Amino acid sequence: MVATGISRELPNVAGRGRIRTGRIALQGFLIAISLLWLFPLAWAIYTSLRPYADTALRGYVSLPATLNLDNYITAWNQGEIPKYFVNSVVIVVPAVILVLFLASMLAFAVTKFRWRFNLLLLMIFTAGNLLPAQIIITPLYRLYLLLPLPAPLSDNGLFYDQYVGIIVIHVAFQLGFCAFVLSNYMKTLPGELTEAALVDGASAWNIYRNVILPLCRPVLAALATLEVTFIYNDFFWALILMKSGNKLPITTALNNLKGEFFVNNNLVAAGAVIVALPTIIVYVLLQKQFIRGLALGSTKG
Amino acid sequence: MLTSVPTGTEVSRSRKVRSRFSVLSRRDKVILAVMVGVPSLVTLVFIWLPVILSILLSFTSWNGIGGIDKIKPVGLTNYVNLLTKYQAFWPALEHNLLWLGFFLFVATPIGIFLAVLLDKEVRGTRFYQSVLYMPVVLSLAIVGFIWQLQYSSSQGFINNLTGHTGQDNLIDWLGNPNLNLWAIIIAAAWRHVGYITVLYLAGLKSVDPTLREAAAIDGANQRQTFFRVVFPVMAPINVVIVVITVIESLRAFDIAYITNKGLNGLELLSVLVTNNIIGEASLVGFGSAIGVVLLVISVGPIIVYLSRSMRDQA
Repeated sequence: MVATGISRELPNVAGRGRIRTGRIALQGFLIAISLLWLFPLAWAIYTSLRPYADTALRGYVSLPATLNLDNYITAWNQGEIPKYFVNSVVIVVPAVILVLFLASMLAFAVTKFRWRFNLLLLMIFTAGNLLPAQIIITPLYRLYLLLPLPAPLSDNGLFYDQYVGIIVIHVAFQLGFCAFVLSNYMKTLPGELTEAALVDGASAWNIYRNVILPLCRPVLAALATLEVTFIYNDFFWALILMKSGNKLPITTALNNLKGEFFVNNNLVAAGAVIVALPTIIVYVLLQKQFIRGLALGSTKG
Repeated sequence: MLTSVPTGTEVSRSRKVRSRFSVLSRRDKVILAVMVGVPSLVTLVFIWLPVILSILLSFTSWNGIGGIDKIKPVGLTNYVNLLTKYQAFWPALEHNLLWLGFFLFVATPIGIFLAVLLDKEVRGTRFYQSVLYMPVVLSLAIVGFIWQLQYSSSQGFINNLTGHTGQDNLIDWLGNPNLNLWAIIIAAAWRHVGYITVLYLAGLKSVDPTLREAAAIDGANQRQTFFRVVFPVMAPINVVIVVITVIESLRAFDIAYITNKGLNGLELLSVLVTNNIIGEASLVGFGSAIGVVLLVISVGPIIVYLSRSMRDQA
């Protein structure tokens, strides 16, 4: 604003001044937004570090007399957190490996060879990925109670209340997104690669395994990062399709723990931070992959 | 579906050659069939079969007890009951629409606006990005727990800060049916804004920079450049973002469920379906009918999305 007075004489300087004012305003705004965005999580961490007695005495909005990890220890032990973490791993690891394996094979077959029903395939996978889960849950729940699943995959002969059941539905739901991203990427790989290998007598499996898959490593890394967080974060499938409380993955288990053990907000805070921590670690370490994976789903390549 | 058609002729625009091979061995054909067949089977059995069953079962009555032979056709009864007798239905639909409206007209535009600001690449952009994207990595259930620490009536930040913790002036953010929906929508928006920013910024980065230079040379200011040049070029991303916003709003579930099991002001279609399954009287036909309502609402955006993808494929 100050610069406008002299703008006629010194247009250059004035212009630069205005830009600088704009930049400072922008910086200020972005800092304010960032603080606002960080606050809920920062507050959760702060609350989780304060003993309940301390907040009861001084109120929640106060400076702490003591900060310690007691809430974490209590939550960890009373909530039997390790057990639920193991359950999550048992679901997440096979689900992510399977979904990437199936999606990459599908994308390979569809992009490198021409099929009569390419369009139909695109529709059933993409649309399947977009449907809200609740549309299918009522019949799916019944199917899970009817479909036989032999031991050792199931200990009750059904899909219901089994890790395999949860893994399968995650795979089915995530296939569309992963196949979409992977096929967009594979389309950018030159078709000559496949042709040359075919001429050399390589089998389709060998081309997939030794030519195409290694080239897809960056996309697979991005998708793996994303899928780990997606599947770890799922609350819904296990809520409906699992019955045994001690088989629940941690994200779903937390809700039960809240009612039973986490009687004050300090403990709820500690529980929430513990459950959020793995995804936050993934985010901090693999932010690039995570963002790339998200962006790949909406843009082409 | 499992017959591959030998071709190599559809190389119209680029060098995206699809292999031509009437020379494919039998074994290769089997392998390729498996590569397409297994994922298709999984998707068809676990997603599309339930979709079809959902539609069929919605015209029947079955309480889930006893075999499939106990399923009775009842015509439109479930839909009539849903629309006229089930008290939670209209509030749930209204809440879903409010959720969608807030996401579409407030949260998504904020996300786009922040993406445009971050696209200027001022110093510290990477830090700002990391902070704004962070909630995206969290489950909506965890988002609910984190915001409960803000909203909780006696132990939450907001009431403690503003002195509303007494018996006479307590604000029950999550219990009061006039407030709780907005409270959880804001919490969910904390995550949604970051999500939109990620997607939109990726789109902005892919806009040809010479377009902006040309606009600048023609004397367009930043606003004009964005609304008249960048935004139209971004049309495909804009469609994706609208579709994602709609779908996310319909999927909203976790946060309402963990707050109070989706009762007393937090009814949503997704919660009604769930409570019907978990509840004592599980009405399969009735629950399917609610699912079909969700399906009907989702079909529009899904078709928009598919037709865009298909245009890209063609």
